[in-house]
Parts: sequence; structure tokens; C-alpha cells
Amino acid sequence: MKKRKPNDLVLQTVTKVVSFLIILFSIRMFFAGHYEPGGGFIGALMTSAALVLLLLAYDAKTLSTILPIDYKIITAIGLVFAIGTGVGGVLFDVPFLTHAYDKFYLPLLGEQTLHSALIFDLGVYLGVIGVTLTIIKTIGESE
Amino acid sequence: MIVINSLIIILTILGSLFALLAAVGVLRFPDVYTRNHAASKSATLGITCILLATFLYFWFVKGEVFTSTLLGIFFILLTAPVAGQLIARAAYYSGVKLWDKSGRDDLKEKAKAYQTEH
Repeated sequence: MKKRKPNDLVLQTVTKVVSFLIILFSIRMFFAGHYEPGGGFIGALMTSAALVLLLLAYDAKTLSTILPIDYKIITAIGLVFAIGTGVGGVLFDVPFLTHAYDKFYLPLLGEQTLHSALIFDLGVYLGVIGVTLTIIKTIGESE
Repeated sequence: MIVINSLIIILTILGSLFALLAAVGVLRFPDVYTRNHAASKSATLGITCILLATFLYFWFVKGEVFTSTLLGIFFILLTAPVAGQLIARAAYYSGVKLWDKSGRDDLKEKAKAYQTEH
């Protein structure tokens, strides 16, 4: 029997707008983590929520066409970032995971303090995205 | 200042009244579709009013502009009706009956075709 295609026009159209909003807000959460509530973990959960919304509105095949990424590799890259900031402290003759910061002049943003904890947070961010999406895609694809 | 303060008070009270009305509607209405109607519309407007009051409070009283509340209003206005539509559609296609006194059912033929297919 011919299976009728589900008529998900409303959901798919709204997803196109909303997922960008969620990803933008999650990036804001990620960068706000040092001074405000937020940080790598919440930002990553929100980004993966946006990707899960795409999974709900479309299907797994569409998502892997949009983002052809193996999420296990993303997890590995995140762990490398997190460990790399720790080892970076050892190279400068200070204990493991000692962080450093300095003021820099960026072209558009003016004087900004850049802290190496941000790179550690980036590691957490990538790791959490990788783990969450690996779990959800594995459960979703097994029949 | 007094205008802003009274505007904040009115918006807060109006928003909580709308949310209360939504709750009463969910309790009192007879079937899924009318309840969904009450919950999605009235609660959306109530939350919008309360978030707007929060934004105005932090802007004029505390002197900080929290754009995330505006983003929240936009987000709620965009997504809550879609959630209502999806719940109502899922209820309809899984065969939930309408209230006995409702007169029109335009989707009847389509639902029958859908159910014979599955």
C-alpha cells in the first residue's frame, strides 16, 4: 500500500526559524558563562536540543545531509581540547590545568580579556554535543 | 515613573489572570480540542504579558536591558500555537471523539482515509 507522506508543513516551517534562534541563544549562553549563568554544558545541551528539533521535524537522513558529522569524533575533539588546556599549563612550568588570561585588542570588539578557560569550556561544549547526539541517534536508529 | 509602575502592575495582573483563565478553561471545557484552545491561546497571552512586565521592570526600575525576555516573548509567540496545533492534530488522528454538541467536522473524510491506510 502506498504510504501517504505526513503533512508536517507547519512544524517544518517553524523549525526553520526556531532552530536558528536556539543555536544563536546557545552560543550566547556559551560565551556568557564566565560572568553570567550559562557556560559550556548548558550551551551544548541547547545546541543539541536545536539539532534534536531538526531530527523531529525532518528525519535522521536530512540531518546528516545538513551536518555530515560523526558525533563520536566531535566528542574526541572536545576531550582533546579539554586535556590540551591542562597540558598547556604544564609546558609553562605550572601545575596541570593552571589557566592564564591576558588583555587583547581585537579588531571590532576593542579591548577584551581572553581566558584559556574558554578553550576548556569549548572542550566541554563539543564533548556534551557529541555524547548527547550519539545517544539520541543510536536510540533513534535502532529498530 | 508612576505611569511605568502602573503599567508594570497592570501587565503582571493581566498576565496572571490570563494564565488562571487558561487553567480554569482546561478544567472546565468538555473535550481535548476546546481544552487545547483554552490552554494554547490564553496561556500564551498570559506569559507574553508577564514577560513584557519583567522586561519593563528591569529596564526602567533596575536600569538594565534584558533582551533575552524579548527573545523569549518572540519564541513563545512563535512556538506555543504550533505546539497546540500538533497536539490537536495528534489527538484527531489517533481517534479522539469531538464533544457531542459540536456541529462541524470538516476533517472527517480525510481522517477516514488516513485510518484505512494505517
